[in-house]
Amino acid sequence: MKKQAILALEDGKVFKGYSFGAEGETAGEVVFNTSMTGYQEILTDPSYKGQMVCMTYPLIGNYGVNKEDVESRQPYVEGFIVKESSRIYSNWRAATDLGSYLKKYKIVGIEGIDTRSLTKHLRERGAKKGVISTKDLNPVSLVKKAKRSPGLVGRDLIKEVMCKKPYTWNKKGKFHVVAIDSGIKLNILRNLEKRNCRVTVVPATATKEAILKYKPDGLFLSNGPGDPKALPYIVDTVKGLIGKMPVFGICLGHQILALAFGGKTFKMKFGHHGGNQPVIDVHSKRVEITAQNHGFAVDMNSISKKEMVLTHVNLNDRTCEGMEHKKLPVFSVQHHPEAAPGPHDATHHFDRFIEMMRKRKK
Amino acid sequence: MPKRTDIHKILIIGSGPIIIGQACEFDYSGTQACKALREEGYEVVLINSNPATIMTDPQTAERTYIEPITVEYLEKIIKAERPDAVLPTLGGQTGLNTAVKAAEAGLFKKYGVQMIGVNLEAIKKGENRELFKKAMQKIGIGLPQSGLAHTLAEAKSVLKKIGLPVVVRPSFTLGGTGGGIANTKEEFEKMAAYGIQLSMTHEILIEESIFGWKEFELEVMRDKKDNVVIICSIENFDPMGVHTGDSITVAPIQTLTDVEYQKMRDAAIACIREIGVETGGSNIQFALNPKNGCMVIIEMNPRVSRSSALASKATGFPIAKIAAKLAVGYTLDEIPNDITKKTPASFEPMIDYCVVKIPRFAFEKFPGADTTLTTQMKSVGEVMAIGRTFKEALQKGLRGLEVKAAGFESKKATGDLKEHLKRPNAERLYYLKRAIEEGMNLKEIHKLTFIDPWFLENLKEIVEFERELRELAAGIFKLSFRGRSPRNLIKSCDEISRPAKIHGGPRDDARDWTASLTSFARNDISRALRRAKELGFSDAQLGEIFGKSEIEMRAYRKKLGILPTYKLVDTCAAEFEAFTPYYYSTYEMEDEVKTTSKKKIMILGGGPNRIGQGIEFDYCCCHASFALKEIGFETIMVNCNPETVSTDYDTSDRLYFEPVTFEDVMNIVEKEKPDGVIVQFGGQTPLNLALSLYQAGVPIIGTSPQAIDRAEDRKKFAEVLRNLGLKQPENGTAVTLAEALKEANRIGYPVLVRPSYVLGGRAMEIVYDEPSLINYMQKMAVDVSKDRPILVDKFLEGATEIDVDMIADGETYVVAGVMEHIEQAGIHSGDSACCLPPHNLAESVIQEIKKQTAALAKELNVVGLMNVQFAVKNGVVYVLEVNPRASRTVPFVSKAIGVPLAKLASKVMAGKKLKELGFMKEIIPSYRSVKEVVLPFVRFRGVDILLGPEMKSTGEVMGIADDFGTAFAKAQEAANSSLPLKGTIFLSVKDKDKRAVLAIAKELSKMKFSLVATAGTAKVIEAAGIRVRSLKRISEGSPNVVDLMKEKKIDLVINTPAGEKPRKDEIVIRSFAVSRGIPCVTTMEGALASLKGIQALKIKDTSICSIQDYHKRLKDMSFRAKREISSTVTRL
Repeated sequence: MKKQAILALEDGKVFKGYSFGAEGETAGEVVFNTSMTGYQEILTDPSYKGQMVCMTYPLIGNYGVNKEDVESRQPYVEGFIVKESSRIYSNWRAATDLGSYLKKYKIVGIEGIDTRSLTKHLRERGAKKGVISTKDLNPVSLVKKAKRSPGLVGRDLIKEVMCKKPYTWNKKGKFHVVAIDSGIKLNILRNLEKRNCRVTVVPATATKEAILKYKPDGLFLSNGPGDPKALPYIVDTVKGLIGKMPVFGICLGHQILALAFGGKTFKMKFGHHGGNQPVIDVHSKRVEITAQNHGFAVDMNSISKKEMVLTHVNLNDRTCEGMEHKKLPVFSVQHHPEAAPGPHDATHHFDRFIEMMRKRKK
Repeated sequence: MPKRTDIHKILIIGSGPIIIGQACEFDYSGTQACKALREEGYEVVLINSNPATIMTDPQTAERTYIEPITVEYLEKIIKAERPDAVLPTLGGQTGLNTAVKAAEAGLFKKYGVQMIGVNLEAIKKGENRELFKKAMQKIGIGLPQSGLAHTLAEAKSVLKKIGLPVVVRPSFTLGGTGGGIANTKEEFEKMAAYGIQLSMTHEILIEESIFGWKEFELEVMRDKKDNVVIICSIENFDPMGVHTGDSITVAPIQTLTDVEYQKMRDAAIACIREIGVETGGSNIQFALNPKNGCMVIIEMNPRVSRSSALASKATGFPIAKIAAKLAVGYTLDEIPNDITKKTPASFEPMIDYCVVKIPRFAFEKFPGADTTLTTQMKSVGEVMAIGRTFKEALQKGLRGLEVKAAGFESKKATGDLKEHLKRPNAERLYYLKRAIEEGMNLKEIHKLTFIDPWFLENLKEIVEFERELRELAAGIFKLSFRGRSPRNLIKSCDEISRPAKIHGGPRDDARDWTASLTSFARNDISRALRRAKELGFSDAQLGEIFGKSEIEMRAYRKKLGILPTYKLVDTCAAEFEAFTPYYYSTYEMEDEVKTTSKKKIMILGGGPNRIGQGIEFDYCCCHASFALKEIGFETIMVNCNPETVSTDYDTSDRLYFEPVTFEDVMNIVEKEKPDGVIVQFGGQTPLNLALSLYQAGVPIIGTSPQAIDRAEDRKKFAEVLRNLGLKQPENGTAVTLAEALKEANRIGYPVLVRPSYVLGGRAMEIVYDEPSLINYMQKMAVDVSKDRPILVDKFLEGATEIDVDMIADGETYVVAGVMEHIEQAGIHSGDSACCLPPHNLAESVIQEIKKQTAALAKELNVVGLMNVQFAVKNGVVYVLEVNPRASRTVPFVSKAIGVPLAKLASKVMAGKKLKELGFMKEIIPSYRSVKEVVLPFVRFRGVDILLGPEMKSTGEVMGIADDFGTAFAKAQEAANSSLPLKGTIFLSVKDKDKRAVLAIAKELSKMKFSLVATAGTAKVIEAAGIRVRSLKRISEGSPNVVDLMKEKKIDLVINTPAGEKPRKDEIVIRSFAVSRGIPCVTTMEGALASLKGIQALKIKDTSICSIQDYHKRLKDMSFRAKREISSTVTRL
């Protein structure tokens, strides 16, 4: 018989299921992701630090886990919530099954719960702090623990996911990019590599001066977990670099850029986590289906009077999905053009960044 | 960008009759498109020859032409209507092919009609194999190695390059007709020759076989700003080698990583762009080598398809509706998502459940047909099921399929195990279960079937849990007899492997059969039952395992509080609030149904299409829903057929996409507590549930279940007729052979024999002598029991058959239509052509028939619709059958007389009177409407095409004209067997028909047809001084009729069977004619009607008229009649 597990939310909602992956107890903000494929990329996306992910698609683990489809060194989610984890895996690239993989990295999971009910709950009441436990099966005590857990607001999680020392990705590249690593996804680096970039990845704590010393052709601001407002040091660094080289930001990088221009960010009710978000380019009026993973967003009104202009809008809820500088080669997007997981519709943003660096080099 | 304002009137081409590969999904998509375009203010003109569709209802389009879908008729319609644009992507392959032909004939240019949605070049690129290959190579998408051929010689040289095995695919055919996998040279040559001849362009593609690869489909949509979205991804359970229409398919894709899925998505987007489908949907198929992930593209359909209907139902995203809006200029971001209301259609649906589609086959109808599933589609219908897991959805699908399986079973797998695993066949799933039960390991099963291990593992989980349940059941049995302690419960299980003996265990009458158990054991059972329900086990399956009846099991389960929860299909995996009540059941924590306190009526649908039960019944169910909404009821639809209009989320107020079984219906009834339930519109499926639902206290409205039983039960029905003094053919019943022989001797041969309670004349035969009867009884022995005896009826040879539809409310009885069959009695009413009003019948006979119909309706207390079948022989009227429910002919009659019968009937069932509804008098049109059927023999090569008491047709068409001949000729043309105006006619008839054939020969000869005949028939014709060429028998060598057919020198075959056992020669002739598309008439009555048709066509060109104009004529007629009456009154 399977071992029992419980998921308890801070508002008292409790789901009883079964243990899968590692046993133990874990806490984090519970969010749902609507992608039907790509659980391995989701698990290893550093932006999920501090969060437990509920997959809305009920059948997870079907194709196992392979060596290639990772977005970082290890899984970063705090916990993993599914309806049914597959007993076997079937795919020619698979190396192991999901349960064993989670066990190896000590990620506590729960299966066999009504994930749709949980999703609706989060949609209606917003993202909630929660605890998954296989040790403590007392709902009352678990709810208390959930309430006491730290949550995301105002919390700096970057230091737990960033690289500790600078390193170079693709030594032979032509364009030299410095990427500020707040939890960068590997597919961003792969995309830059594909476009002939040499990337120096630096910790998010790197100073303006340290970055300038690399004499980069362009600056990249990465994705990452948590609340951008908790990261004034990165904002300051970025402020000092604007105007000195082309700048491209993704997700958290986009939010940091907004803050650097004096804008505001806010916490969304339950965020965007999935691979089907429609984003319209306000100039071309073309729609792209994008991969997204963010719980905070840029308040466009807060910077509309500044130098930045809106370039992309989410068609579902009209939130800001992209902006650019009126004059300078500076732009950013809230969604993930590197996908992984998700559709490739927006990869052209990388081309734009390259184009900016090429112009500047001339 | 807003919609186009430069076009106002749009012509939509429908898909015509239901055939294998093209079923009611095109009624669903066509109806959606018509609605969408009219919503936008466009005027819609429609051509479709299929009367059994919602699409051809006079309200669906401004102008509806029920005419043959040919270029000739298209031109007539365009000339009359002058539309600005034509939308050809919603009528399946028929619509697309007709549009291509018309465009190539310069028709659209001539009349200034624009093709919207897709252009000619894109269609050609998508459908022409060579162009498609080039296009895909250009954008770097892999394809299987292949070559084109137009002749057998070319084919052979292509084969040399590729090597066996290969797949043969004819260009421009529907559902892969004529295609297949060739493993040997002989097979290859046969297939190549057949394919070249079937293809519209006489072209085949010969392709490297990728048999056993994984197969996937993506449904893609594009708008004119080049926004592209994927609506649904589908993975086939059956790997490459089985047509996707015949495969079990699953949505979404289960076994691809995101990297592989995105690669496929990129390829699909590149494909739709390169092919150049401007706006709308396409279906793109891929294959993937499971060993290394090598991906190739198989084909793309630049139009909405069966898969797109499935995708729409699977996701809640209405592809056809959106396609129509995109065609008139909208972009995806400008169209709101109906379900969420707040978000746009420019997104990709995410689902949080698993969808399984299972095809339904009809091989039992075609003895001798090859039951191997190949790249040529053979299934006649499908069922879709939704569950939170694959296991749950699969089991729900299997019980919804109505093939006497309560879920995943192995009872039917009695043949050779390995052979049935290796050879794809309709029953392979049952063999898979047996293989797992017998302990065959999954690796070996995979080796034999190539089915992905993930699916096999899921099957295994079901089997393993069933074993656990059986062990538990055996444990309970032991426990209740030996009083073991509960702790021994689990242990004792190991000792017993097969619990089959438990029947006869604890007494069945005790409701709580676990009363004697301890709470520990009962908890075990409770937990096991909940888990069983989560895995999709039905109450019937569980009952079988625990030795209980379905009803007992259900009661116990309810007592334990194990109840289904209903979840929404919402396109977005709960990310946004959904406003469309489209539900499926599962066993979870939260239920999402919002019931109301309004008066509501539930309508039970017909389940999967099959021969004998198809679109006609779905039509009736939809009408019931529309009508009841009109009079203020909330309507609830229950059905599991994804092809239909009834399962469109906006047909009813609430849709439950559920199997139509007792358990699933009762669950919904208990949830919704409807004020009434309608069982008489969905065909045999809901009717079979009527009595048990009624006994369970369900408020069934309309004709009472007892009355239905009185009409269906032989003995009770004989009594009804006796009371009324009506005649029926002499009859009896038999359980044993001796009884059968005795009855047959008493009644006198020939006799009609059949099992009780059957649909579509299943296993019904006409028996002419004792040896044949013995043979029949032996064949049927297994299925016969005291409750289900064999019915033996006197067969009225040569009688005329008549169908009558009536509507009644308990006070008023109105004849809706009297239809005279073209073919004689003995041919299933669903297979014979008919004419309304009757074209030959004496007025006195018609009056007598109407009188009898009314008497029957009164006696049975019919409230709603009733259909009666009569036979008339020598002026005597016999009652053959009474069906107190909607019949197959309801849509045909409704369209012929301009009255929506099913709507009226549902209002009557809800308590309205015909008087207040204003339908008090029969309408007899001045024009003739002929219904003709469409048969699927081309799919079952070598099977004799003779018609008999067992129904074989898949669909129907309607021909309307002022005279019978023209109406019949139109119907023939619509059914794809156009009558010739010149050329050569082959005659070969049995002795009995020789005199009749003479008259026909005379007339044909007068019209300058050349006649050829077999020796016997030729002799008779020659003797009368008519020129005829005598041909050799096939066995005598050349020249025989087959040689002439090969040389395309025969334009019509008239061949009546020589005796009750057809000669081998005849079968060859008939099936060869069918394979070559030469019209073939097998009855003298049919030949006479054809003659009338040819004569009519010779006299004048046919004209067209919209159904709206026909109905206006009826109104004018009744208005004139009223005026005449009132003027008479005034004069008096």
